[in-house]
Amino acid sequence: MTFIIQQTLLYAVPLMIVALAGVFAERSGIINLALEGIMIFGAFMGVLFVRSMQAFPVFTEAVMQKQWLTLQGLEVLAMLVAAAMGALFSLLLAFAAINLKADQTIGGTALNLMAPALVLFLIRIIANQNTLMMTTGDAASWFMIKKSTFGIDKKTDIGFLGETFINKVYLATYLCIILFIVLSIILYKTRFGLRLRSCGENPQAADSLGINVTKMRYAGTTISGALAGLGGFVYALTTTNCSANGDVAGFGFLALAVMIFGNWNPGNIAAASLLFGLFKCIAAAYASIDINGDGVYLLAQIGISSHLYRMLPYLVTLVVLAFTSKSSRAPKAEGIPYDKGSR
Amino acid sequence: MKEKLLNLYDKDGTRKVLSSLISILIGLLIGAIVVICVGLATPSISGSAIGDGVKLIFFGILNTGRNASGALSWGYNSQSLGNMLFRSMPMIMTGLSVALAYKTGLFNIGAPGQYLMGTLVSLSIALGIPQTACPTGIIWILAFLGGMLAGAAWGAIPGMMKAFLNINEVLACIMTNWLAANLVTWAFDISNFKNMAEGTKSGYIYKTTYNGVATPKLGLDKVFPGSQVNGGIVVAIIIAVVVYILINKTTLGYELKACGSNRHAARYAGINDKRNIVLSMALAGSLSAGGAALYWLSGNTEFYWSTYQSLPAAGFNGIPVALLAVCNPIGVVFTGIFMAMLNIVGVQLTGYTAYNEYITDVIISVIVYLSAFALVIQMMLPKLKKADSANANAEPDMEEIEAEAEAELESETEEGGEKA
Repeated sequence: MTFIIQQTLLYAVPLMIVALAGVFAERSGIINLALEGIMIFGAFMGVLFVRSMQAFPVFTEAVMQKQWLTLQGLEVLAMLVAAAMGALFSLLLAFAAINLKADQTIGGTALNLMAPALVLFLIRIIANQNTLMMTTGDAASWFMIKKSTFGIDKKTDIGFLGETFINKVYLATYLCIILFIVLSIILYKTRFGLRLRSCGENPQAADSLGINVTKMRYAGTTISGALAGLGGFVYALTTTNCSANGDVAGFGFLALAVMIFGNWNPGNIAAASLLFGLFKCIAAAYASIDINGDGVYLLAQIGISSHLYRMLPYLVTLVVLAFTSKSSRAPKAEGIPYDKGSR
Repeated sequence: MKEKLLNLYDKDGTRKVLSSLISILIGLLIGAIVVICVGLATPSISGSAIGDGVKLIFFGILNTGRNASGALSWGYNSQSLGNMLFRSMPMIMTGLSVALAYKTGLFNIGAPGQYLMGTLVSLSIALGIPQTACPTGIIWILAFLGGMLAGAAWGAIPGMMKAFLNINEVLACIMTNWLAANLVTWAFDISNFKNMAEGTKSGYIYKTTYNGVATPKLGLDKVFPGSQVNGGIVVAIIIAVVVYILINKTTLGYELKACGSNRHAARYAGINDKRNIVLSMALAGSLSAGGAALYWLSGNTEFYWSTYQSLPAAGFNGIPVALLAVCNPIGVVFTGIFMAMLNIVGVQLTGYTAYNEYITDVIISVIVYLSAFALVIQMMLPKLKKADSANANAEPDMEEIEAEAEAELESETEEGGEKA
């Protein structure tokens, strides 16, 4: 059970953050198909930062002397760098969509093509192989929070909640959850959020009240890029052992799907991400899931093919969509370049 | 002669082609700049290597290797050109798929899933029907048609979801992509087409030549000796022409385009928009799957069947091909060949310089990025004034009108002055 919860969170949290990135952009009126590309770029930049920081002896010493605070600080810094780089990369989309009034689907697709190409090109030149990894150690030994971080001995049992939430987790996951909640509150309960959302529904009306639609859309797209870059690095850190290989296995598109599935609403998005994470976890580990702890591996015994388990998240999404899509409503002015003269 | 050129220049179509060409040129230039910058920043890459890199980017298709003194030599490289045509086959077909869907108002991001279904069905038919039961030519045709039908069925799924259930087609396509990836892996896992004959290769499916099925060469291997080209490129070009005729010259094509421009207006005019959405997604799916069928029926590659972890790049390559060609089917043929050429250039770069092939992907992405604001480039191209003012349809020249009005005014005041 602990295993299921931890794995689900590991998969669902980056998905939530990147879906929220999509929400910020689309709610301000810009279709952001480039989530996948920005994730790849953010992951690469984060891993590159960690790798270059490893050249400084202060960090390798910290590992040896078990100074966890320094290492967690490095992790947070890397997350910030990935977010900043993601925001920079998304400026390309923002410039094309807002200033040049380009077709936003094409711009997003172009960034999706540019990011893996650029990243793989640089990785090959830096590391002469197709994957960029940390120079020494790996994510588990450097960044994972374990019982020993708090000084508790490995063999003591700290109860179900302790085992699930404090042992073998990453600080990044919890920071992302807090960020998700804070940003959702900003989007729905503050003036800035209201103005942002109005630019996606009826920019002409917003403009008539004195809101600078261009600035709002830039803000929306930049926040979107920052979140996507952050999500990319958290994905790289937790799922691929802090390595970047120019690919996030379709995660960005999946986040887009979760965003549409959640009807552009953060609460629904969180629920949808958890659903996806749960099914992915089941697909990967169904043979060893012991549901009620009685030693019976029920799912392994039923004999359903592993391929069907892997298809489950997508099938379930389609089925739920079939029932809920009648009321699905995208932000009204998304995808339409803002024209001051039209009504 | 100059007038004819001016008239040609002022046509809308010409300006679209020109803006695409300018995007391509700027993309290649930016690629060259990246090569130069990376070369200057990396101490291990010498100045001549940078020069080689830049030359290969622009003329790589004509590169025939290094001569005795170590410099690059240029000429007719039949292997490169033939391989370019071979690799352009799936790109043209997936490009047609995305272009057709885009013209009808849908973004077909499900091309990889449809590509995979085409692979599954065409390989299964090609390897499943024994040679003894049927001549190999018939097996080829059956496999090709079967692949296209499978793609049509798979493409119809997101089409039906959009038409009847109002599910966003991007979402439905992404889901069907991954469903297809898992289905194909499952189907091949339980099949007996896995390559058991060669010991270490059970992760691959047999080539279709194992059953004697391969696309006829149609004499192209004499024109491009040493390459993998075959008759499939002819099939792809014929299909492109058929799609062009369908979209532009038939009633069905007109209805599809109308549904794409404004679904509700088309319905008001009596066009069945739901059927048309399903139909255009099905057609787009069949084109993607046809590309897969053409590629795998060539019989010179083996399919790695455990594909559930990632989607084939061949499916996504159709998107830049279609976007660069402004979704015109004939343009798709040219952009498909162009992208295949960049692919070959990448191979040359990896083989002869210290750079790697991903720089060509960077160039392609920059070109697509620039084509996003093709409209702006089109407007920046200066509109040249029509030299012939005797044209009856021409707008009256304002200067002449003003001069006439002034002359009238003067003569009136003169008369007025005289009268007074």
